[in-house]
Amino acid sequence: MSKCLKLTATAALVALAGAPAWAEKYGLGREALPAEIEAWDVNIMPDGDGLPEGSGDVWTGEELFVENCAVCHGDFAEGVGNWPPLAGGEDTLADEDPVKTVGSYWPYLSTAWDYVHRSMPYGNAQSLSDDEVYAIVAYILYSNYLVEDDFVLSKDNFLEVEMPNADGFIIDNRDEVEYPRFSREACYENCKDEVEITMRASILDVTPEEEGADEASAEGGDGDVEMATAEPEPTKEAMKEDVVEEVEAKLDMALVNEGEKVFRKCKACHMVGEGAKNRVGPHLNNLMGRQFAVVDGFRYSKTFDTMGAEGKHWNEEELAAFLADPRGYAKGTKMAFPGLRKDSEIEAVTEYLKSFSQ
Amino acid sequence: MTAENNGKGASRRAFLKGAVAAGGAVAGATMGRAAGGPDPLITETQPWATGLGEGVDATPYGMPIRFEDDVIRRNVEWLTADTISSINFTPIHALDGTITPQGCAFERHHSGAIELKKEDYRLMINGLVDRPLVFTYADLERFPRENRVYFCECAANTGMEWAGAQLNGAQFTHGMIHNMEYSGVPLRTLLAEAGLPKDLAGKWIYVEGADASSNGRSIPIDKALDDVLVAFKANGEALRKEHGYPVRLVVPGWEGNMWVKWLRRVEVTDGPVESREETSKYTDTLEDGTSRKWTWEMDAKSVITSPSPQMPITHGPGPLVITGLAWSGRGAITQVDVSIDGGKNWTIARLGAPGQRKAVSRFYLDIDWDGSELLLQSRAHDETGYVQPTKDALREIRGENSIYHNNCIQTWWVKPNGEAENVEVS
Repeated sequence: MSKCLKLTATAALVALAGAPAWAEKYGLGREALPAEIEAWDVNIMPDGDGLPEGSGDVWTGEELFVENCAVCHGDFAEGVGNWPPLAGGEDTLADEDPVKTVGSYWPYLSTAWDYVHRSMPYGNAQSLSDDEVYAIVAYILYSNYLVEDDFVLSKDNFLEVEMPNADGFIIDNRDEVEYPRFSREACYENCKDEVEITMRASILDVTPEEEGADEASAEGGDGDVEMATAEPEPTKEAMKEDVVEEVEAKLDMALVNEGEKVFRKCKACHMVGEGAKNRVGPHLNNLMGRQFAVVDGFRYSKTFDTMGAEGKHWNEEELAAFLADPRGYAKGTKMAFPGLRKDSEIEAVTEYLKSFSQ
Repeated sequence: MTAENNGKGASRRAFLKGAVAAGGAVAGATMGRAAGGPDPLITETQPWATGLGEGVDATPYGMPIRFEDDVIRRNVEWLTADTISSINFTPIHALDGTITPQGCAFERHHSGAIELKKEDYRLMINGLVDRPLVFTYADLERFPRENRVYFCECAANTGMEWAGAQLNGAQFTHGMIHNMEYSGVPLRTLLAEAGLPKDLAGKWIYVEGADASSNGRSIPIDKALDDVLVAFKANGEALRKEHGYPVRLVVPGWEGNMWVKWLRRVEVTDGPVESREETSKYTDTLEDGTSRKWTWEMDAKSVITSPSPQMPITHGPGPLVITGLAWSGRGAITQVDVSIDGGKNWTIARLGAPGQRKAVSRFYLDIDWDGSELLLQSRAHDETGYVQPTKDALREIRGENSIYHNNCIQTWWVKPNGEAENVEVS
């Protein structure tokens, strides 16, 4: 009891002195050692505070990414299935279905470094060295076209990278915009003239049942929780009659060599050359002049099957249109690659593929 | 009919199939057969009145009786890529009262539910403190502690409903919530033990978990010193593994993502960390593409849990209990209104008990149902004078892409056969 009185008296004194009454100490716990703090206190602040020394380049990052990250995020950081894409989505935030990626949405690069460093790879977190984290982050930036392929990310140039959506955030303003509007006297009688049902959940029918909800399509939010979005319906475009174009006999060898480098972006999924087999994508031997969707043993999207059935054949023009915008050219294609940005890359890779076409 | 559900009782269809098979006998059954002669359950000696039941210790830690095995958490598979980083839903449709049993309280993991022994548990307080400290679990048990009831709601609760009525069941539309009594030490006590700077202006704390995701979040110092608890018991017993055993953070009234599980570190900082969970996620994108950040508070919200799609009316016209839950992250629920005509007219419901701050309230409206269709809605009021808005009112301000913080009025369309469906109304 005396202890209680003493505590109360002390608390009162402390309160008088201006410190809060809870600022009582119990003498519990022990001092954290510097090595312990160093081990756990790894967060990186938006101004880069906390970043270790080190650096990593885009190409090293790509190799690490393919090895450690691509199984969920795709070789091009485009996301696999319900896993989050890390690249693309620029200028989509005001669209019906915004694509939020490191490039299109994340306001701070520190967040990417911190998250890769502490929480990734999924299932093997905190296994990457600091240099490896720099390299992977450099590759993610490259995948978002925010840096060139010779870029090296380091502690020194970290803050020079401009994040496109850095100014895209406002601090919660519900107290100004919503609370006054939603704090009015409520109506109780005859609050509206008529009530019509405008939408029914049974139309979408995505609620889990014993029968399963495999055919479920998702609308609305994602809830962190990367939502499934329905596979886009293959559109049946009227295909114009195609004439098989003869493959040119003469090759520009300088361009072929250039194309071999560009093909590094394709290699994770496609094989070409002697002994090439289907991988994630079909082999690309004898591509030029080949009818769409005819490689044995490869399951094409419905879109490509339809195009093939309609007699479409690969030529320079079709390949250029496809590579510039795969999903725009063939809506529903299984190819997740977002496309080649530069015409020169398309020309080069086309020449390279021609060299494997007879 | 309902007694032998096999654990897959989520199915409204199966339930109704049963109801239809039983046909008109449904109403009869509820009458205990008095009109059709003596009830054999009364007149004939039943096995349970003759033989013996199980002895004590048959189940040293008891589970609900098998007839209740459909009252379980459920997952919506298409929502996430992997159950390790996913969420499931509390069966709020089947519960009553306000306290959520731990065993069916929703789970949200970012790297799975880990096993962390009390003996292996350490909590570090560091950063801008006089003396960085490490506490063991046993240390935490020696600080004065409090018991408080709070709801924990995921910011994404009802997030799938922004663009329209989608999931057919209160469990799925509103089940990312639970309400428990926590025992724990106020965070301010632990911060004081480490010693805070004199000038607290602009100071924050950063909290993180011991699991692989670490799920770090930044919290302004004012909140940290207000009502945040470092909790180790829920509903009187140890936290469940899936809720952060042995220690989680309780951040009353604020989005569930901040309630860091397996809490391992609290750092006093001079600004927010802007971690992945507070930039790329848990930020609310508006129609013009800008996004709100730091939307921590959960606004007043309510939902009718029965009748609802998973809880159809099976007894025909007559007395009907309409019941549901209401809560506000900004204070106590002061009143809940219920409409049976889609919001034309409203009646003040009865609260099961006076509202508690940042905790769930149960409400009831007892009506004499005439068997006609109902468009059931509920509307919560909290102590700030805030009244739960319609979905249209929210969409007018935010558009349809903000994902989080959807606290709109929910509508259930109850048909004359008692079946209910999630709908939107004009």
